[in-house]
Amino acid sequence: MVKLVYRKKEWEVKPGMTVRDAILKTGLKPHAVLPVRDGKLINEETILRDGDEIKLVAVVSGG
Amino acid sequence: MRQHKLALCEEHFLEWVPERAKQTIQKYRMFGPEDQILVAVSGGKDSLSLWDVLLRLGYQAEGLYIKLGIEEGAYSDESLGYVERFAARQDGARFQVVDVKAVYGMSVPEIARARRRGHKVCSVCGLIKRHVMNRVAGEGGYSCVATGHNLDDEVAVLMQNTLRWQVGYLARQAPVLPSTHPRLARKVKPFVHLYERETAAYALVRGIDYIYDECPYAVGATTLFYKELLDQLEERSPGTKLSFYLSFLRAREQGLTFGDQSRPELHDCTRCGQPTTAPGLCAFCRLWEGV
Repeated sequence: MVKLVYRKKEWEVKPGMTVRDAILKTGLKPHAVLPVRDGKLINEETILRDGDEIKLVAVVSGG
Repeated sequence: MRQHKLALCEEHFLEWVPERAKQTIQKYRMFGPEDQILVAVSGGKDSLSLWDVLLRLGYQAEGLYIKLGIEEGAYSDESLGYVERFAARQDGARFQVVDVKAVYGMSVPEIARARRRGHKVCSVCGLIKRHVMNRVAGEGGYSCVATGHNLDDEVAVLMQNTLRWQVGYLARQAPVLPSTHPRLARKVKPFVHLYERETAAYALVRGIDYIYDECPYAVGATTLFYKELLDQLEERSPGTKLSFYLSFLRAREQGLTFGDQSRPELHDCTRCGQPTTAPGLCAFCRLWEGV
């Protein structure tokens, strides 16, 4: 499975789908977050692999 | 980046962002290498990325952190920590801190509550920040104050002002706000051609650690609602935000924003000396009257 983490929320999705599709499954909007895997920004079209943990960083943030 | 019909690897993206900022600085004649620039830093991604970019481009950029005392100081302490860590990582990144409570006796939320304007913390905050930026820039002899406003920030304000047909505000919205008084700092926004998504990506790829949580008073802010609406337009038609903003600036240059573009006569505040549109005390000094 693939874990998606956004702030204090977590979701699990099946591997094999694109990052964009996974974000849509969480109910978040792809334009509102930046996907990061292993500390690296990844493309929305990246295919997720089993065991991936994707951190979704909010585009709007800060003071 | 569909809006630019461009796809870049990390290495080239880290070159592209400073280059785009540099083009903006030069296009609007914001400042040159000889100028001393005061960068208003909040600990957020935009201001820290801006400071980083200006230093990488070789400009003389010093930070100013205004400690507002948000959440009994907790949010402000956390955001100051990001500024301190960023500066420690940079050689020669100098910055100063103005603690509003220590200098003026009350934090921003406290003064807002005392003035029974608790629901308007953001307007009090803006007023105090403008005053402090002006004061520090004037006392330090800086050429200008640079802020991290990005394209999304500007377009959200533009949309708000357009929908309300605020021609006075429209006439004054620009990448450079000139100094129209000896004690009014020139303000510049080198990131106005960069999408918020791009500044966030820059901070991430560059390894800049920034405050992730939104200011608690910003939750539910109208600007965020407009940003969401504009994102929907952008999703359907990439480049809409940039096109809206650039078209507006062209119209403004041609004098097509209607309204009176002349600036009001400015007077010296009788207490602090900063400029004010009405004779007597300025809005900042009036804020502290009777609290």
